[in-house]
Amino acid sequence: MSATTTAHHDEHHDVPKGMMRWFTTTNHKDIGTMYLTFSLIMFLIGGAMILLVRAELFEPGLQLMKPEFYNQLIGVHALVMIFAALMPAATGFANWMLPLQLGAPDMALPRLNNWGFWLLPPAAVLLTIPFTLALFGIGDGAIATGWTFYAPLSVQGGIGVDFAIFAVHILGISSVMGSINVIVTIFNMRAPGMTLMKMPMFAWGWLITAFLLVATIPVLAGAVTMLLTDRHFGTHFFDAAGGGDPILFQHLFWFFGHPEVYILLLPVWGFMPQILQTFSRKPMYGYKAQVYSLIAIGALAVVVWAHHFFTVGMPVPALLYFMYSTMAISLPLAVLFFCWIATIWKGSMSFETPMLFAVGWIILFGIGGLTGLVLADVAADAQYHHTYFVVAHFHYTLFAGGIMGIMAGVYYWLPKMTGHMYNETLGKTHFWLTAISFNLTFIPQFFVGLAGMPRRIPDYALQFAEFNAISTVAAFVLGLSQLVMVYNIYSSVRGGKKATNEVWDGNNSLAGSGGLEWTLPSPPPYHSFTEQPVIK
Amino acid sequence: MVQSTFKRLALGLSLLFVSMFAYADYTWNFPKPVTPVAKDTLHVHNFFMVIVMVIFVVVLLIMIYSIFMHRKSRNYQASSFTGPSTKSQLIWTLVPFAILLYIDFILMGIPAYNSIVMMEDTKQNATMVVKITGSQWKWQYEYMSGEAKGIKFVSNLTTPIAQIEKNSTVPKNVDYLLEVDNKLVLPVGEKVRVLLTATDVIHNWWVPAFGVSRDAIPGFLHETWLNIEEQGVYKGQCKELCGKGHGYMPAVVEAVSKEEYKVWVAAKQEEMKKAESGADREWAKDELMSNGKVVYEKSCAVCHQVTGAGMPPMFPPLTGSKIATGPIFGADGKYLPDSHLDRVFNGKGAMPPWKGSLNDIDIASVITYERNALGNATGDLLQPAQVKAAR
Amino acid sequence: MATHANDHYFVPNPVLYPAILSSGVLTMALGFILNVNEKMAAHGLGKWLMIAGLLVICYMTFRWLSSVVDESLTGKYKAWEDKSFRIGMITFICSEIAFFAAFFGALFFMRIIAVPELAEIDPDYTMYKEFTSAWPSLGPGGMSMSADGLKEYVQPANFQAMKPWGLPAINTALLLASGVTITWAHWGLLKNNRKQLIAGLFLTVALGIAFLICQGIEYHHAYTEMGLTLGAGAYGGTFFMLTGFHGFHVTLGTIMLIVILLRSMKGHFTAEHHFGFEGVAWYWHFVDVVWLGLFVFVYIL
Ligand code: HEA
Ligand code: HEA
Ligand code: HEC
Ligand code: CUA
Ligand SMILES: [Cu+2]
Repeated sequence: MSATTTAHHDEHHDVPKGMMRWFTTTNHKDIGTMYLTFSLIMFLIGGAMILLVRAELFEPGLQLMKPEFYNQLIGVHALVMIFAALMPAATGFANWMLPLQLGAPDMALPRLNNWGFWLLPPAAVLLTIPFTLALFGIGDGAIATGWTFYAPLSVQGGIGVDFAIFAVHILGISSVMGSINVIVTIFNMRAPGMTLMKMPMFAWGWLITAFLLVATIPVLAGAVTMLLTDRHFGTHFFDAAGGGDPILFQHLFWFFGHPEVYILLLPVWGFMPQILQTFSRKPMYGYKAQVYSLIAIGALAVVVWAHHFFTVGMPVPALLYFMYSTMAISLPLAVLFFCWIATIWKGSMSFETPMLFAVGWIILFGIGGLTGLVLADVAADAQYHHTYFVVAHFHYTLFAGGIMGIMAGVYYWLPKMTGHMYNETLGKTHFWLTAISFNLTFIPQFFVGLAGMPRRIPDYALQFAEFNAISTVAAFVLGLSQLVMVYNIYSSVRGGKKATNEVWDGNNSLAGSGGLEWTLPSPPPYHSFTEQPVIK
Repeated sequence: MVQSTFKRLALGLSLLFVSMFAYADYTWNFPKPVTPVAKDTLHVHNFFMVIVMVIFVVVLLIMIYSIFMHRKSRNYQASSFTGPSTKSQLIWTLVPFAILLYIDFILMGIPAYNSIVMMEDTKQNATMVVKITGSQWKWQYEYMSGEAKGIKFVSNLTTPIAQIEKNSTVPKNVDYLLEVDNKLVLPVGEKVRVLLTATDVIHNWWVPAFGVSRDAIPGFLHETWLNIEEQGVYKGQCKELCGKGHGYMPAVVEAVSKEEYKVWVAAKQEEMKKAESGADREWAKDELMSNGKVVYEKSCAVCHQVTGAGMPPMFPPLTGSKIATGPIFGADGKYLPDSHLDRVFNGKGAMPPWKGSLNDIDIASVITYERNALGNATGDLLQPAQVKAAR
Repeated sequence: MATHANDHYFVPNPVLYPAILSSGVLTMALGFILNVNEKMAAHGLGKWLMIAGLLVICYMTFRWLSSVVDESLTGKYKAWEDKSFRIGMITFICSEIAFFAAFFGALFFMRIIAVPELAEIDPDYTMYKEFTSAWPSLGPGGMSMSADGLKEYVQPANFQAMKPWGLPAINTALLLASGVTITWAHWGLLKNNRKQLIAGLFLTVALGIAFLICQGIEYHHAYTEMGLTLGAGAYGGTFFMLTGFHGFHVTLGTIMLIVILLRSMKGHFTAEHHFGFEGVAWYWHFVDVVWLGLFVFVYIL
């Protein structure tokens, strides 16, 4: 690989200072940093909201809030976590790492990239401001329909629904812009000689995510547009009186919503094998099989959506089709699991924080995935549907599979991004606290769910009290544990042991197959690769 | 308070450990099933859970073995394979895949298929039809066929607000949030075809012991079926988020023997006849007021509050409300648009229409109550006969 | 890609436009929300916020694109950058297709599933005794919901469906012709025949505007004489949303065409280097194809 220079481009002698640097930047690392910071802040906000909810659920009876406010909190929690915490985190990594991994000078469309980010704060404002407005007696608070916007509840709902509709529109534009950028970067900015089949797995994960986003986000935009016209302009899309159907909304929403869950995880499935190979000092197993599995998941993702509303009363053939196709997703995922485990098998493993998260992630995400598989069974889903069993399932996939995966990535790449090692002891403490309190939060939810506790209720029957109490206490521990990570990131940004180019000694032994990012200094120069390396 | 918290926690934690062993205990799993569908569902669920647990344990054991054996700290030297290198290795990697195919589509796929067919067989041999209508936030039951045809009533939560509200010191009932005034009464051993619809937003009628959960969708009529095999009272809840009262919308069914059912039907019909004839007579103010108070607190106080103060801006106060103190009837004897009766009959926005779910007596008395209590004092009465005429 | 090894990819200078553009988007969204909620205290403000937001958006888009044009003219974009724009534009058009797919999906769903299902509810228990499954459909009637509450849904009495073989057929012809003229213009550009380029673009713009005028007439006719409104049940809603969003895209496309027409008149674009032209042409073809889908599925069938 050819050497890289740190020389500045001539266009770039005038990088503004202070806040203006961040408003105006077209640099992929700056934008990546903004995405990641935004994501962290929104994660704390979304978490703080749900801590209120958990406090309310600590014991039966209404303790802290009115049911309407409860409903607003859960919906906004979910929207914030999914759209403003998890997705931006993945996009932040894409911005930081794709150019580095592909050997590119920057993302392909830097100005668009900047816009993609700067659409997020307005969306976050739209999501959260109704709470504030309600304090001043304007409107009746945020969207109170859960994150799924189901009509006709959302048609009946207050002004919060309108805010959420526009927030989703703006988030959607942002995601589509981000995806265009990723697709273009991957197709057009790879280092010479890097064929698609030599690309780092992270790029593959993101490529498929980007395609899914381009195909499904506009459908969600269409769905909420119909909702808006049903609300204010007299159309009848979701209204039987005019020949419409509330189920139409569910179809449109989940046509987006199911692929969305893979959109959230595909980038993680991308970089996780890279982490595993670094710390087992052994190249990843079954690169091709993994790529094909990722593609298969992407394809299956858009044809299984109706498993989210088996209980609406669909015809039997539809039930069967959606059940079997949903089950089929477990096959490519099984291949992925197989490859991950075969990657660490007979490796020479060491357990720094990223590896702890990665291994824990395989196990916990496995629980999420396997419970997903039983949810796919139509008859049993009548019992699981909209109970805490589902809540537990999707926190195992979203929190363990998503957030903990992202955390593995954070610890993995943080030294590369900041140039300093983080505090390993704190990192490990964070992992163990998170893993244990996470399980204590959500395992009880499997049981209350099976025993019959519906989700989205502010108050519950007495038989569920014990489990909810445990869950609440554990959730607070879980929340507080995250502050350890916040502190650790902060101190790594401020200083600490210098990181080498390879950062992890495991990367030495991989001799380049780990990814081009490890060939650059830590932190990398402002312009990553002014000359593209050539891959043989 | 603190102490009880700790007690609850300790109890909970110990339960959690017990749970690891007490697999089939019904409080850790689905409630005891009492219909064929529920039995089948429980069976399928247990079976699938075992399958996925086995998979999980196998995967976990392999990982644990690897984590302990293949570590750097034990000086294990990394190999460098990145895929199957020989034909036989390739075949060996395909075996697990084949096993999974078998698990997905045969082992799990076939029982799942049978359950679906059974679950959706709603009409065949059904001996009675019941229509369930969800409204914010109560269920209305109507018997559509057989001896009970025409019986129709609303089922409301009866847990007193005093037990629910903030800092309540009133001890909670055993059936806290799962108790209603009128249960749906069904005979055991009969296949009941259940029709579901809703008047405002989507609800979901769910009783876990029946293994049945189906959305009630406004404007559509969907169906499911029950055949309860054991007498008893079965409790469930609305399972689709339907607004602020979603957690307060229990579905309670009482399954009785066929004989008891006959007796119940006869009594209910008698009651309805009485109510009908009652509507024709002149009612005294006290009678209307006392019945009105009951109806108000049952049906209206969720939104307008017991005091009539409402919860502005969503739910308007009735105290001093123009509508609740203004004239009801116009010069032509018909009720005025946006009058008290109009609003209660037909609703508006989040205010539900009550025409279909309250009888003449209840509407007359609740309106009378609202006009002469809650800080209002118009002094006028509305007679059930007037309501009947106005329908 | 091997050829890029020694090229420099153009990375633009830091810019403030996108952030300001976003604030415009936020302002417009807030304005819209206020504007459609009559109960809001600041309801009257909504209109002004919307206009202000829109102005910011237009101005910033203009500034942004001007700087792109400048960069293009000063030779910042080489084959490498050009390829990025192409892939980007194709991806963007794909996302637009997905957006229309949502509305087509709604149309098919209502027509094939929802309306027949309403008509075929068990006759013993149906709430809609008289309702039959037919398309166009206004639905069975009854109360319907909006953010302002339950409303009686009064079906338009003189309702008629839009006939395909009048104005819509003319519109089809117009758009198909415009597809030909823009290709002709492209040929002109490739042959360095500026006259043909400008004439072709001019014709395309004219056809686009003619289309919009016809659609305006069609809408007016629908509202005043046919009882065909946005609120006219399943048919009205899908009809106006599909044709309306299409019309909106035609409007955007026409504006884009006008811009490249002006640029052509100023002598921009060369036979080798004219992504700006091609991007617009692709967009226009996309709009064209969507119309064909509309013509078949909304008007004819
Ligand atoms: C990132 C998020 C994520 C992921 C990855 C998944 C993955 C899966 N999910 Fe989940 N799901 C959600 C997020 C996610 N889900 C959310 C948010 C909801 C609720 C939304 C709401 O209502 O608010 C939900 C709800 C949900 C439902 C609806 C439940 C209901 O409301 O009634 C169903 C039903 O089929 C389902 C199924 C599945 C399946 C089959 C998978 C599969 O992809 C899982 C595949 C993985 C495995 C199977 C494990 C690994 C494989 C092995 C270890 C090999 C061996 C395995 C076998 C072949 C048996 N999910
Ligand atoms: C990526 C997605 C994601 C993530 C990460 C989480 C994280 C968590 N979720 Fe979330 N959740 C969803 C997605 C997610 N959730 C979705 C989609 C729903 C469905 C909503 C619906 O029904 O519509 C849901 C619903 C949901 C419910 C069900 C509510 C109901 O149905 O009534 C519960 C209940 O326990 C819950 C709990 C938690 C907890 C305890 C965490 C914890 O992991 C959170 C831990 C993090 C913190 C607690 C932050 C710590 C920060 C601080 C302590 C400091 C605060 C400081 C400042 C603000 C400066 N979630
Ligand atoms: C789901 C909540 C809810 C329930 C239950 C409810 N109401 Fe209402 N009510 C409302 C709302 C919301 C309005 C305001 C309607 C509007 O004007 O938009 C309202 C308005 C009214 C008004 C007119 C008040 C005014 O000044 O505008 C009267 C009278 C009234 N309700 C009576 C009743 C009676 C009688 C009952 C019970 C039988 C009842 N309500 C139950 C929500 C409810
Ligand atoms: Cu009714 Cu939830
Ligand atoms: Cu799904």
